[in-house]
Amino acid sequence: MATQQELSETRQQSGVGFVQTRLATLFTPPDWLKLAGGGELGPIQVAYETYGTLTPAKDNAIFICHALTGDAHAAGYYEDDDEKAKPGWWDDLIGPGRTLDTDKYFVICANVLGGCQGTTGPGSINPETNQPYRLNFPFITVGDIVEVHATLTRELGIDQLLAVIGGSLGGMQVLEWAARFPDQLRGAICLASAAQLSAQGIAFNAVGRRAIKTDPEFKDGEYEHGAGPRYGLALARMIAHITYLSDQSIEMKFGRRLQDHDTFTYEMLPEVEFQVESYLHYQGKRFVERFDANSYLYLTRAMDYFDLASQYGSLTKALGRTDARFLIASYDSDWLFTTTQSKEIVRALIECGKHVSFIELKSPFGHDSFLIEIEQLQKLITPFLAQAYESLQAEKES
Amino acid sequence: MCAKHRYCMEDPSLDVTDKLLMEQIQPGSRVLDLGCGDGRLLARLRDERDASVLGMEIDIEQHHGAIARGVPVIQADLDEGLHDIPDLAFDYVVLSQTLQQVLHPKQLLEEMVRVARQALVVVPNFGNWRIRLQVLKQGRAPVTEVLPYEWYNTPNLHLMSMHDFQDLMRLLGIEILKEIPIINHRAVEKAWLANLRAQQILYVLQRQEQPAEHSPAPATA
Repeated sequence: MATQQELSETRQQSGVGFVQTRLATLFTPPDWLKLAGGGELGPIQVAYETYGTLTPAKDNAIFICHALTGDAHAAGYYEDDDEKAKPGWWDDLIGPGRTLDTDKYFVICANVLGGCQGTTGPGSINPETNQPYRLNFPFITVGDIVEVHATLTRELGIDQLLAVIGGSLGGMQVLEWAARFPDQLRGAICLASAAQLSAQGIAFNAVGRRAIKTDPEFKDGEYEHGAGPRYGLALARMIAHITYLSDQSIEMKFGRRLQDHDTFTYEMLPEVEFQVESYLHYQGKRFVERFDANSYLYLTRAMDYFDLASQYGSLTKALGRTDARFLIASYDSDWLFTTTQSKEIVRALIECGKHVSFIELKSPFGHDSFLIEIEQLQKLITPFLAQAYESLQAEKES
Repeated sequence: MCAKHRYCMEDPSLDVTDKLLMEQIQPGSRVLDLGCGDGRLLARLRDERDASVLGMEIDIEQHHGAIARGVPVIQADLDEGLHDIPDLAFDYVVLSQTLQQVLHPKQLLEEMVRVARQALVVVPNFGNWRIRLQVLKQGRAPVTEVLPYEWYNTPNLHLMSMHDFQDLMRLLGIEILKEIPIINHRAVEKAWLANLRAQQILYVLQRQEQPAEHSPAPATA
């Protein structure tokens, strides 16, 4: 058994080691954030982490956009983590010698606006009332989220990012970055994502929100901190979690195996007869411990509303103004964000003559693949970033 | 390996075909390369001819190679067509040493002249005299040096001679702007007995304004 000290040393030496979440305060009055849905918001606190060192030329920054329920903690450990704690959610991809090589690049990840993990969201205190915003929090869009992150990036002294990268809702943010700030990025890496959420995706989000809102503890969003619609939120997560898996991955992982018995119990009330049930219950329970129900409502709505083509007139209009290089990847077993949806983006980019690479990766893990299939991403993203960086240096020399 | 005593077509010598293809492409053009491999040709076109390029490739290792050269590349199976490419999105579309391997060469050629102003196609010439002689003498299917497959595992599905290719172009209403035989690693623009001598041919194609089969019947006296 490793002692606590040994464990701590191992952690410090692996990947980016110990990290800290930092806070920035942006959009202080009178420079409020003007929201797409109308109204203004400010001041806005943003939780973010950085790994690696920014070059004096400030040309090696990569911004990571997280998915729906992710956070700013993309890599490394916190110093006070207990021994069970996992590193940041994309740790395998980030660190010295890794794909997002922190010896070479400066990596930024920030929690989204409307979230509940350090960035201003419905759980934050409204300075005007000294009460949490709750459902008085204004409606936010993916555009608003990106606006905040772009402002953070400028605040860090960076005019242009080497790349913006993200999967799922993170991929939507990447596309929005390219559309909204065409000059502020040289590379755009969009994984398992789409230029608009499918009707099926909206449908699943609707069921999740209904689960939350019909929980008696929801109380029109006016629940106290630490309380709230636990069952509804867990149920929303269970439903969403199914959409992140694939038929094949569930079959591989659980099959029809039973949890605690060798035979059926023929009882109705216990809810964990099958292993897959037990797993979903566990996912729901764990989620409730770290996520706020109101944030879930806001962020899923932002996702539903995202529609790059209608927002900018067409996909070619949205993506036609940037000279960024694009890397688009989908997964063959992802039925929530399909290859067809990725190809729509690719088609538009070809139409407007952009530098675009596309691949459909093979994986049994469904939508979650972009969090799991790290080796595939390494092979794809490492040369892409190296080329983006080299071409930038070549441009500077010429 | 080639079976013994059989003529093997000469190595299509990538350098020769690359050079020849590059000569056909105006500087500053937009070029699509179908089956681009690791993007070798496209990288040269970009660097030496200031071309804006895109590759299509099915093999994932080759795909990574193209990305490492900074060549944009779309993973695609040519047997499924070019649905993701809008009409006339390119000045040139290149298909080198691949047409004989696709399932539907006719459809692919039609797609090519749809997506680009000109299509550059390099094909092996199975009308070459050595192949004819081999078939005649030994009565066996021809085998090539670079694709040393037997009849049952060859990727070369569609064997054609120059005459066969010309016939198909007439049928599809595709105009042959240029026909450049490659004989012993050299492009010979005006070759004597080309169909007998060429190992490969480069065709420069474009869609006819009015497809042949729809052209009005000539007035009869």
